[in-house]
Amino acid sequence: MRAAAGPLTWTRLLASLSLLLLALALTLLVGAGVGSSGVGLGDLLRRNDDAAVMILRLRLPRLLLAAIAGAALGSAGAVFQAVLRNPLADPYILGVSGGAALGAFAATAAGLPALLPFIPVRQTFAFAGAVLTVAFIFALSRVGGRLASYPMLLIGVVTNTVYLALILFIETIVELTRLHGLRLWMIGSIPVESYPVIASVGAVSLFGIAAISLFGRDLNLLSAGEDTARSLGVGVERTRALLVVLGSLVTAAVVSVTGPVGFIGLIVPHVARILFGPDHRLLVPASSLIGAVFLAASDTVARTVMAPTELPVGVITALCGGPFFFWIYRRQRGRTYFE
Amino acid sequence: MNDARPEPAAAPGTAPVLEAIGLRYRHPGAPSDLFDDLSIGLSTGGFVGLIGPNGSGKTTLVRLLGGLLRPAGGQVRLEGRPMSALPPRARACRIAVVLQESPLLFNFSVLEVVLMGRAPRLGLLGLEGPKDYAAARAALRDVDLQGREGRPIQELSSGERQRALIARALAQEPRVLLMDEPTAFLDMKHALAIYEILGRLSREQGLAVLAVSHDLNLAARHAGRLVLLHLGRLVADGPPDRVLTPERIREVYETEAEVARDPASGAPLVLPKGPRR
Repeated sequence: MRAAAGPLTWTRLLASLSLLLLALALTLLVGAGVGSSGVGLGDLLRRNDDAAVMILRLRLPRLLLAAIAGAALGSAGAVFQAVLRNPLADPYILGVSGGAALGAFAATAAGLPALLPFIPVRQTFAFAGAVLTVAFIFALSRVGGRLASYPMLLIGVVTNTVYLALILFIETIVELTRLHGLRLWMIGSIPVESYPVIASVGAVSLFGIAAISLFGRDLNLLSAGEDTARSLGVGVERTRALLVVLGSLVTAAVVSVTGPVGFIGLIVPHVARILFGPDHRLLVPASSLIGAVFLAASDTVARTVMAPTELPVGVITALCGGPFFFWIYRRQRGRTYFE
Repeated sequence: MNDARPEPAAAPGTAPVLEAIGLRYRHPGAPSDLFDDLSIGLSTGGFVGLIGPNGSGKTTLVRLLGGLLRPAGGQVRLEGRPMSALPPRARACRIAVVLQESPLLFNFSVLEVVLMGRAPRLGLLGLEGPKDYAAARAALRDVDLQGREGRPIQELSSGERQRALIARALAQEPRVLLMDEPTAFLDMKHALAIYEILGRLSREQGLAVLAVSHDLNLAARHAGRLVLLHLGRLVADGPPDRVLTPERIREVYETEAEVARDPASGAPLVLPKGPRR
């Protein structure tokens, strides 16, 4: 299942990424131009102040945040699939997003952001939640010295349920007024944030994605198996730990703002592989750009499809992601490595 | 015990390229050591067949020699230097290991898989250059897969896939090639082809080859030296006709066998007759 011909070359790498950047620019342009109010990009050129506010203060920040979140989750999915050697891995399914959500939520419920205004407390707690969840998966899904695929999916189901229970428990014991919008946040939605917040989430995500992209060759080798990677010179333990920490970092950075948007990390790397082949040196940056396009487009649909009512974007990604999961599951079943 | 004394680790006068000295190793959770004082050396241009019954420690020895496992005691030395002091990538430029491993997760093409053998020689951001392609294509020629480079690896037959993995190891341009049962799951024709390739590489390119084998006759015919492992001990090491004797096969494999001579090659031919009486 691949269209790309031949091993990766610089020409193909740069051409593919340029094409995807163009698609992203187009998605942002279209997304900024449509909405329930009927204001379009033309109004911006006509110096209509209301339209400027609508587009620059409401639509654009939301689009940018959606693109950043999609990019982060898309590349995190590519990392987790390769490192855990599991084509069904995704930060949401594995419970990494849930761990990040619980961390962020617990920090807020405890009132920490107000106590420590100069520290990104939510993000730090989200990161801790994500990293602990990954460590838990590694500890529990080793069977006979190897990572087993199905146990880790079961672990994800259970941790997600427990995290949800904990979040609802915390919600019950603290004041509800401070936490309105929880329902929306829990399934993942793109809020309208200020530009400084978007910039900081974007900076962390960009750093993480860039760092992960440098490990494309190691990801190829890790996806071929631990022994293969080791015999080809990868310091497996250290590299793998670094990569899951980076994957958790970008996941936590966006989940602390958007809530656990699901399935991006599952769908996007598979689409990227169909379009561009399995080489992670291209797959990681391609997954981040495809993720950006996919989530920005999904959020535009979420804003407009039932206008004036808005859907949380997590509803759309879950409705796409669920069937996709089963499609991949059926395709992978029967392959010997996936038992 | 006298005739079971190991032969000298390498041919006299040539220092072994890869050498294990006094290895000690215990599997995690096992009650006792698998190896407690194991020494073996591989020399340039030699083709060693590693034989022994199930559970004798063949695979573990390959992994220790290849640097994939750390011994609890003793030392593995590569070109005279302790391997533990060597960075993983430097080691991977000198030793290639082909293990029996789960198939590839993603559908890389044959050429992409073989190019992975060049990974230890690439820079951080590096894509493969002309030199890497040349090495990969030469390796594909060595294993007779030159027409297959664009095929997805998952669509190959198991014999072709095994040869692709050997080509990946050759693309590393190693001094030492370690293989764990390279011919498991292969039919006679393909098993023979692999052994011929290994023999040729050791003769023509000076590669030190060690291959684990369950097929004693195949190993005896192609390898110049057999190493027999039993319960973690090296019980015989030398030319095939010295290692494969009816007494030793009875002792180690618990099998009555006659050892004849292959009229064509002169190699010993083990004819099993039944379980040990």
